[in-house]
Amino acid sequence: MGTQVRDAAIVGIHEFPSRDVKGRLSPLHIKAQSAARALDDAGLKWSDVDAIYDAGEGGGMLAGLTIAEYFGIRPNVIDTTAVGGSSYEFHAAHAKRDIAAGKAKVALLTYGSRAHSAAQRIGVGGRAAGRHPADNLDVFAGSTLVSNYALVAHRHMHQYGTTSAQLAEIPVATRYHAMRNPEAVQAMKDLEFLDIRETTVEDVLKSRMIADPLHLLECCMISDGGGAVVIASADVARNCRKKPVWILGSGEATKYPENGGDITISAAAQSGPSAFGEAGIQPSEIDIAMIYDSFSITVLTILEDLGFCPKGEGGRWVEGGILRFDHKGGPALNTDGGGLSSNHPGMRGIFLLIEAARQLRGESHSQVPGAQLAVAHGNGGMLGSRHAAGTIILGRD
Amino acid sequence: MADIKPVATRPLPDLTEEDTRSFWAATNTQRFVYQQCGSCGMVVFYPRQHCTGCTTGRLEERTSVGKGTIYTYSVVRQSYHPFFRTQVPYVVAWIDLDEGPRFLSNVIGVTSPDLSLIGKRVEITWEGHEGVSIPLFKLI
Ligand SMILES: [Zn+2]
Repeated sequence: MGTQVRDAAIVGIHEFPSRDVKGRLSPLHIKAQSAARALDDAGLKWSDVDAIYDAGEGGGMLAGLTIAEYFGIRPNVIDTTAVGGSSYEFHAAHAKRDIAAGKAKVALLTYGSRAHSAAQRIGVGGRAAGRHPADNLDVFAGSTLVSNYALVAHRHMHQYGTTSAQLAEIPVATRYHAMRNPEAVQAMKDLEFLDIRETTVEDVLKSRMIADPLHLLECCMISDGGGAVVIASADVARNCRKKPVWILGSGEATKYPENGGDITISAAAQSGPSAFGEAGIQPSEIDIAMIYDSFSITVLTILEDLGFCPKGEGGRWVEGGILRFDHKGGPALNTDGGGLSSNHPGMRGIFLLIEAARQLRGESHSQVPGAQLAVAHGNGGMLGSRHAAGTIILGRD
Repeated sequence: MADIKPVATRPLPDLTEEDTRSFWAATNTQRFVYQQCGSCGMVVFYPRQHCTGCTTGRLEERTSVGKGTIYTYSVVRQSYHPFFRTQVPYVVAWIDLDEGPRFLSNVIGVTSPDLSLIGKRVEITWEGHEGVSIPLFKLI
């Protein structure tokens, strides 16, 4: 761990509790409420915030300006990186960089969405013809978000012999964790999940096919929600209410279709080595893997690309429930219940940081005893065509 | 969704979009065109104004013979889109054309999509519309 620099830490977190605001709260309301609770969690005030990170999902004319005015703060650093669900891992990476450079001491990341209330058919709705050349070439084909990810799953099966039963291990593990998280159970009730309970591989395989080879229980929920994360410099972090959760390394990458390219390899293959290298640790040392679980295949691909197992061996590697928090042999996966069974308002990346921080503080509902190291990996955009990825390595104080 | 009225036609491309309009114009004569750099030989697809392989090369238009191989596919069984909801189940696939371009399209006329289609040979079958033809694929 010789290269590790402990100069920035997560000091405040909040996950907005409701997954169904019934259209009564705006994304800005959710962002502000979450920010206030996360600042309370850290023992900080609005006026302490000198850096703002915002993906612009709250609306308004200019992302950074809108949110600074709404919160009533005057930041010196304004970062509006918007790369979908991975935005928050990029924001955390940039916050550490800005703090290390001496440009800021207290960074605020927020997210708010009412994807559920607004009845967005994210998974199986149509996509609008865009003015972007790539969209304009494929809009006629009617590929849904689910089928986009299914394209990766089929190729993974073809190339490596991965089975649907192996992919099903991922939603089974996240549901196992969700059933221990009261907010996740309430979320599934509010979103009218049927037969809310721990699931088996057979349950997943018996759920209806949405886009071959992905079944209903391999697809994330569409909820309302949001959250906030406060990241502070070492001197501030030492005086906060809770123990700091240090940002040890980060990596960023993009991936897009290339002639002859390998669709089974995601941007994590580029962002992962950068993050692990900076942190000076190996994937085998990781206790908690918070991996963006939009679909089963997203997690399987990313676990391989981050180096938890060799490329193509993910299917066999996840067999036997090794991703459960109470099972040895692998990292605990998405111990909050994940996007599959707890919270997915469209851009889930902030919850990966929040639950990783809970684990490293000892506050999770599926707590891994003595958890020391976590990875949070966000994937934004679409796995089967073009996406961005951010990897953050976190360590306990 | 009962409140969504079905429509008769698939969504069609914007024929004025600057990078792709020459691609779509060529479909009216049932040609699938792509670009190749005259200097470095890079096959560029989707169409652009610049070579992604070098900074000085000029892109030249080439015409594909219209044959390729299914790289991967999915069978869409649920869609809320007003056209595609009337089409389920249908096959979406990345096709590797023999000249190099990788293209997302539909494979039509597949009677048994449960069998793996990866690696199967396909060729273009044109679906005509006002001002544009859509390159769909069928098994050879
Ligand atoms: Zn060139």
